Amino acid sequence: MSATAIRFDGVTLGYGRRPAVHHLNGEIAASSLTAVVGPNGAGKSTLLKGIVGTLRPLEGHIRLIGASNVPVAYLPQAAEIDRSFPLSVYDLVAMGLWSRSGLFGGVGRKDRTKIEEALAAVGLIGFERRPISTLSGGQMQRALFARLLLQDSPVILLDEPFTAIDARTTADLLDLVRRWHAESRTVVAVLHDLDMVKRAFPKTLLIAREPVAWGETQDVLSAENLLKARRMVEAYDPHAHECHRSAA
Amino acid sequence: MLNLILSPFAEFEFMQRALVGVVAIALGGGPIGVFLMLRRMSLTGDAMAHAILPGAAVGYLFAGLSLSAMTIGGLVAGVVVAVAAGLVSRFTTLKEDASLAAFYLLSLALGVTIVSLRGSNVDLLHVLFGTVLALDDNTLLLIAAISTITALALALLYRPLVLECVDPTFLRSVSRAGTPTHLIFLGLVVLNLVGGFHALGTLLAVGMMMLPAAASRFWTNDITVMMVISVVIGIASGLSGLLLSFHAELPAGPAIILAAGGIYTVSLLLGREGGLLWLAWPGKHLEA
Repeated sequence: MSATAIRFDGVTLGYGRRPAVHHLNGEIAASSLTAVVGPNGAGKSTLLKGIVGTLRPLEGHIRLIGASNVPVAYLPQAAEIDRSFPLSVYDLVAMGLWSRSGLFGGVGRKDRTKIEEALAAVGLIGFERRPISTLSGGQMQRALFARLLLQDSPVILLDEPFTAIDARTTADLLDLVRRWHAESRTVVAVLHDLDMVKRAFPKTLLIAREPVAWGETQDVLSAENLLKARRMVEAYDPHAHECHRSAA
Repeated sequence: MLNLILSPFAEFEFMQRALVGVVAIALGGGPIGVFLMLRRMSLTGDAMAHAILPGAAVGYLFAGLSLSAMTIGGLVAGVVVAVAAGLVSRFTTLKEDASLAAFYLLSLALGVTIVSLRGSNVDLLHVLFGTVLALDDNTLLLIAAISTITALALALLYRPLVLECVDPTFLRSVSRAGTPTHLIFLGLVVLNLVGGFHALGTLLAVGMMMLPAAASRFWTNDITVMMVISVVIGIASGLSGLLLSFHAELPAGPAIILAAGGIYTVSLLLGREGGLLWLAWPGKHLEA
C-alpha cells in the first residue's frame, strides 16, 4: 500500500483551551488527493494550520512523514495578503523560491526560467510588472498558484482555493491540482463545492470539529454523514468541562 | 542664485557640518521611513522618538550635554520600549499602536521633567529640537556610522522584511525569520532616531523619516525606487531647510522639517501615483 504522508495521533487543535479540531486520528496517504469538507466553524482551516505548524496541537501529534527539506506549501484564505504593498506580480511569484534561495540567496537564470514557466502555467504572461494592487481576485489566486508551483513541495495544502473565483479560473487552477496529483504530490484542499469534490477528489475528510467520516469520497459524502455534520453545535458551551478522553 | 546656494556652505564650517549630518540622516532614515510607512507603523516611529527622551534625559542628568551619555541613555530607553511593545503586540491581543500610545505621553512628560531638574530652558530646547548647527566630529561620526549600519542591515534583511509586510502567513510557513526580523527592524528604528535626535531633537527626528517616505509614496509603485526617492527627498529637504534657515534667519531644525513638509505637500498635490491633481483630472479613460 501507499506510504503515509501526514499522520494524526489523537490531535486536538484549538484556541485558548477551546478545541476547534477534537481528537483526530488517522493518516493522509502519500500522493493522495484529499478534500476536507464540513460546515463553517468545523475546524477545517485550523486543521491546515496545524499541519503547517503555525498552530501547535493542544494535545496529540501531527507527523509529516518522508524526510524532506522543502517545507509544506500552504495557500491560506486570500484575505491575509496586504494588497496595497508596492510589489510586482513577478516578485510575489518569485517568493515561491524561498526554500531554495532563503534569506540571501540569489535568483539565477535557471530560477528566472522557472518563474516564467510558472507564470505561463497559470496564464499570467504579461502581468509580470503589474503591481499586485491592480490584480482582480481571480488573477491574484492565479499568481498565488504560480508561487505554489515554484515552492515545488511534496505536500500542498489549499484553504478554500476556489472561493469567489469564476468558472474558467477554477477550471484552470483545478487542472494544476490534478497535475500535482499526477506528479505524486500529496494535496489537501479545504472545499465547499461538493460536486467538485465528487468529480475531482478521490478522498474526503468530513469534519465537524470531530471527524465525521474519512475515506473514499463517494462513501464519505453520504446523505447520512452530511446530516450528521450539519448537526454540529456551532456555539461553544461556556461551561464546558475539561476533556478526559484518552489521547489515543 | 548659485551663489546664494553655495556661499553659505563655502564660507561657514558649521553649515558644512550641518549638511553632512542631514545627508547622513537622510541616507539611513529614508529607507527606514519607507518600511515604517508600508508596515503601517508611521505613528510607531513617532511614539518611539518620544520614548527615547527619558533615556537621553537621564544621561543628561548625570553628564550634561554629553554625546555618549545621551546616546547610550536614548538607545537603552528606545530599545527597551521597542522590544517590550513589539513583544506585547506579537504575543498578546493588544495592538502595537495601543501599547505605544501610552509611552508617547508618559515619556515626553517624564523626559521634560528630568531635564528641567537640572538644566535651563535652553538645554531643554536642545533636547527637544536638536542642535543641527552645532554638530561636532564625534556626533557626525555617530550619525554616519548609524547610516552605514542601517544600509547594511536593510540589505541583509530586505527579503524577510518585505515578505513580512506583504504576506506574513507565507513567511511563517516557510521560515522562522519573522520575529527576529521584526525585532532587528525595531532596533534600526531606534538607532536612526537616536542619530536624528542629536541633530533635530526628539520631537523632530522622526520627521526626517516619515515626511520623505510619505512623499515618495506619491511618485512610484516600486519599493526600491521608493526608498531611493525617499533618500533624495530627505537630502533635498536638508539642503533647502539649511539654506532657508541661513537666509531667513529661522531655527535650522524646524526649517528642515518645514522644507520636507513642503516637498510632501507638493507630492500630495502633483505625485504621479495618486496625487490629488491626477485624481481630479485623470484624463479620458483608455480603451479596454
